[in-house]
Amino acid sequence: MSFQLTEEQKMVRLMARDFAGKELEPMAAQRDKEEIFPMDVVKKMGELGLLGMMVPDEYGGAGAGAVSYCLALQEIAYACASTAVTMSVANLSTEPLLRFGDETQKTRYLLKLAQGELLGCFALTEPGAGSDPGSLSMSAEDKRDHYLINGTKVFITHGQYADVVNLIARTGPEKGSRGLSTFIVEKGTPGFSVGSREDKLGLRASNTVELLFSDCKVPKENLVGKPGAGFKIAMIALDSGRIGIASQALGITRACLDESIRYAKGRKQFGKAISSFEAIQWMIADMATGIEAANWLILSAAWRKDQGLPFTKEASMAKLFTSELANKSAYLALQIHGGYGYLKDFKVERLYRDARATTIYEGTSEIQRLVIARNLLKEHA
Amino acid sequence: MNIVVCVKQVPDTSDPDTEVHIDGTGRGVDQSKFSFVINDADNYAVEEAILLKEKHGGEVTVVNIGGEAANQVIRMALAKGGDGAVRLDDESFVYSDVVATARLLKSAIKDLGCDLVLTGCMASDDGYGAVGIALAQMLEVPHAAYVKTVEVVDDKKLKVGRELEGGLLEMNEIEMPCLLAIQTGGNEPRYASFKGIREASKKEIKVMDLAATGLSADEVGESGSVAVMTQYSVPEVGDLAEMIEGDPAETSAKLANILKEKGLV
Ligand SMILES: Cc1cc2nc3c(=O)[nH]c(=O)nc-3n(C[C@H](O)[C@H](O)[C@H](O)COP(=O)(O)OP(=O)(O)OC[C@H]3O[C@@H](n4cnc5c(N)ncnc54)[C@H](O)[C@@H]3O)c2cc1C
Repeated sequence: MSFQLTEEQKMVRLMARDFAGKELEPMAAQRDKEEIFPMDVVKKMGELGLLGMMVPDEYGGAGAGAVSYCLALQEIAYACASTAVTMSVANLSTEPLLRFGDETQKTRYLLKLAQGELLGCFALTEPGAGSDPGSLSMSAEDKRDHYLINGTKVFITHGQYADVVNLIARTGPEKGSRGLSTFIVEKGTPGFSVGSREDKLGLRASNTVELLFSDCKVPKENLVGKPGAGFKIAMIALDSGRIGIASQALGITRACLDESIRYAKGRKQFGKAISSFEAIQWMIADMATGIEAANWLILSAAWRKDQGLPFTKEASMAKLFTSELANKSAYLALQIHGGYGYLKDFKVERLYRDARATTIYEGTSEIQRLVIARNLLKEHA
Repeated sequence: MNIVVCVKQVPDTSDPDTEVHIDGTGRGVDQSKFSFVINDADNYAVEEAILLKEKHGGEVTVVNIGGEAANQVIRMALAKGGDGAVRLDDESFVYSDVVATARLLKSAIKDLGCDLVLTGCMASDDGYGAVGIALAQMLEVPHAAYVKTVEVVDDKKLKVGRELEGGLLEMNEIEMPCLLAIQTGGNEPRYASFKGIREASKKEIKVMDLAATGLSADEVGESGSVAVMTQYSVPEVGDLAEMIEGDPAETSAKLANILKEKGLV
């Protein structure tokens, strides 16, 4: 048993903290207010390797592993949760190619995604298929030398800015999850366009759009993995994604705690700092205890991934626990701030809105429980 | 061109929550709640060293006085492009003043055969701003302080720009070997790369204790110092300063009143 991060992991965390403190924190509130997607910062992150952290060296990635990835993403989220979801989705978008892409696809796309030359997004959700992606209806008809794609994706993170899309569509007549396949589609492919941009509660400096496909021809060689393997590929990518979202949620929670302590020590009522009231102390204690628990849940899932062990259940547990914790903590942090917490002048107002998405995307809390329970029941079958 | 760059680990005072409390001895501050970072000016010195190395070749050696905790600052400098590192660490080094500190740094630098020594122009914690200059004296090399730009003229000479009041740049030629105390803002310190981090995490940091420096105990620490720091104290609230108390709504109202009364707005 060892509770020690390696020297390398500690340094990655420090580097990410340095980056977040200088490049993100100072502008985060303004970007949120004005809904500015920070393409310049995202570009810098790409060049540093922060968008391809789990891609090994030979494919141009940082080769830093899942534990380092979690530590870095937390630091980014602490400063700006919007940029953290961008980072999370960009990293997730390398996973299908890394695990299932052929060598040509890897040199053509993965290398550039990992080095930040291309930005990737991940398009699974449709208007009629959210928690149940197996029911999605976007069609990819096999036309011998290409696939013909028709349909609409919704809620696609940075879809407007992405150079390539990981697209899950239906290739076979089989019902449900079995007839799905994964494609890599380049921006600018005729028939592919960006639809409306969503006006969101939080994460307003991240970009969320519809993607429209109308008789869009995608070359045969852009099929990733085998036809019919699309669902499996998406689920494997989401396992990694969930560790990322858990880390994002933990970064938000840590920010909630720090903002709370700072405010509670400074704010005086009844002649005393409100931090001297037991009711406030309990809130702070609950947040801090949650952070400790979440940290180990996340690290344990990430460590399992780095060791090549199964981690689906652990990733879901980490995502479920931490995203719920982020919401509870944002609630408490706002409570500690009183009326001021309800104002845009204070960071907790943004944290409160940003935290909300974490129990929804990459599988709602209900879906995480389903995944956890199914895995447990299978283990005991 | 072989370069030595001296780096100091200091409390991170960019965090507004950093509270400085004098410790029980009265001669130190409670460090337990600080997070530590590289001294700001030293960060620019590291960047300058690496830029020069990238352009003109050679090696960069990072030198630090500090305990094991300082390894993180050293390793970060290695990850950005440093080649080797020395950390001077011994109980007897505590309370070293400018002179004793420079003497310690010299002991680590003198045998490295470098062409250029870079330091930050000032440390953000004690604010002496003199270690670089004292070190240059001891190494018997010329120096320039508050340096913002460095250009290589030939393999013997540098052209350096010193930042003066009002941002005025004073250009000087200086012969190598020499020492430059680097001012902030002259370059853009990079972030460590993953490759650099991986390599740096495996690099050895050479540790020098008192015996390894070849110095005697009365040349270091308090006994080796010219100036002895006796005590820290928190300034008393003077009569002339009025401390406004209350929550933000009250304090801002009071402040507005004072400004109005004095006819300042
Ligand atoms: C900011 C943001 C960014 C996003 N980015 C992306 C992206 O990049 N790519 C992408 O593909 N998608 C993305 N999404 C979509 C996201 O993954 C879906 O919103 C999510 O999977 C839920 O789907 P839904 O919204 O259709 O809700 P629904 O599936 O309609 O769920 C509605 C409610 O029913 C519950 N429910 C559903 N099924 C069950 C069940 N079997 N048992 C119990 N309860 C159930 C849900 O938990 C939820 O509470 C994003 C969403 C947001 C908000």
